[in-house]
Amino acid sequence: MPDPGKSRSSKLSAWRKLANVGATLFAVTSAVLVLVPLLAIFIYLLIKGVGAINWAFLTQTPKPVGEPGGGMANAMVGSGLILLIASTIGIPTGIGCGIFLAEYGRNRFGDFVRFTADVLNGVPSIVIGIVAYSLVVLRQKHFSAYSGGLALGIMMVPTVARATEEMLLMVPNSIREAALGLGIPKWRTTLSITLRTASAGVITGCMLAFARVAGETAPLLFTAFGNQYWNLNPNQPTAALPLQVFVYAISPFDEWHRQAWAGALILIVMIVVAVAAVRIVTSRGMLKGAS
Amino acid sequence: MGVGIEVRGLKAWYGKSLALKDIDMSVPANHVTAVIGPSGCGKSTFVRCLNRMHETIPEAHAEGEVKVGDIEVYGDGTDPVDVRRKIGMVFQKPNPFPTMSIYDNVAAGLRLNGFHNRKQMNELVERSLKLSALWEEVKDALHKQSGASLSGGQQQRLCIARALAVEPDVLLMDEPASALDPISTSKIEELIFQLKQHYTVVIVTHNMQQAARVAEFTGFFLMGSLIEFDKTEKIFTTPADKRTEDYITGRFG
Repeated sequence: MPDPGKSRSSKLSAWRKLANVGATLFAVTSAVLVLVPLLAIFIYLLIKGVGAINWAFLTQTPKPVGEPGGGMANAMVGSGLILLIASTIGIPTGIGCGIFLAEYGRNRFGDFVRFTADVLNGVPSIVIGIVAYSLVVLRQKHFSAYSGGLALGIMMVPTVARATEEMLLMVPNSIREAALGLGIPKWRTTLSITLRTASAGVITGCMLAFARVAGETAPLLFTAFGNQYWNLNPNQPTAALPLQVFVYAISPFDEWHRQAWAGALILIVMIVVAVAAVRIVTSRGMLKGAS
Repeated sequence: MGVGIEVRGLKAWYGKSLALKDIDMSVPANHVTAVIGPSGCGKSTFVRCLNRMHETIPEAHAEGEVKVGDIEVYGDGTDPVDVRRKIGMVFQKPNPFPTMSIYDNVAAGLRLNGFHNRKQMNELVERSLKLSALWEEVKDALHKQSGASLSGGQQQRLCIARALAVEPDVLLMDEPASALDPISTSKIEELIFQLKQHYTVVIVTHNMQQAARVAEFTGFFLMGSLIEFDKTEKIFTTPADKRTEDYITGRFG
């Protein structure tokens, strides 16, 4: 006599196996689909841009219209300068705000700050550029890397703040209690214990914000403005890679188009290198078994 | 050396609900005192009031008179941070600082309170790890391994070492072995027995055998009140109160 229970369970297990295969396939396909645009962009940039990258491109300033050659060295350094200013403004402010939200922000005011940060995150970048323009450029009556850095720094704050908040909230309360129980003051507990425990995630959040603003063009149009020559004075108009790419891409010259592709490629490489470097440096101090 | 604890009229609230009703208790110095009772009876709340950890929970507060040695724990102008430096605490679940090495875990309380003498720090860390019977197991990995990489029982002994490193007078233990296996539990119990030479130990436990094994004095809590406090032997053989007898004979709780 056939066992009805057994045939039912084998049918069930066949269905489960099928469902399992289906779900796995779906997950793998989604992962591949995520990779496709990124790889496509990168490969296309490589094809279009790598030909125009040479020693002159990496070491010289742009040549006047009509003259061949020249490079974007000043824009690379300028971007670095502007991003340094932006990070100096955006990261400490963002982390401070995140600490407030996570450790002291379980109230009305905290909700208000959280809402404001989310709105700020959605404000178009050109509007942030206008803010920096009216705060710094109009007052000083000249363009500068400071104003560009301020615009990008403001854009970094909400991303860093919300990432810091999320990461701090993931630190179990028992860790805070352990520190308080040792007679460590609350502020010290937050900075040296809670923030330290969450540091990996906070750094990821900072890198995300950094990478996002590194490619911003609009807010730099009327703040950093751009510069055809070398400039290391942050109080002067400063070249930036995205600006240079923008100007070259809309020009009518083939030579400049090629250089625009190369500039875009360099920009992406700079971001990847910066993010990777921070990861390597911060993971070096990690201990065996630390999570 | 350990100091005694005098508790008079201690009340504790969570929001509006009263969790401890007028507790009076005298914990003798350099002895192990156990606090037993069913879940929710206020035994954890009680020990958390002794070092003012209770008030770190939102909307929780406590009042009454608690004297630990010469410290008026709830006195005007007493800083809870100073209280907690003198009264160490070990929690139910081992909670080492996950991103710190074993050494840094033990040194954390000293370092973050502004103590930086390297040689003395080394001595204190070694002494604390030896007191908590962990030294032999970790002495070769002090700086290489994270506190979180140890086993549960080792982590709890690390937490004890961390609490001892700041040289408290009293050690509060809130069910320190409830998340551990029997072997780790017996190690912790042995350790508690050793610790009373130097410290006054108050241990919360829901394991009555554990109370009987490690403690010289035992207090029985029920619904926020201290029902009976006496020598452990007396509590477990001839309790004065009917409710204590019912609890220890397993009739409820």
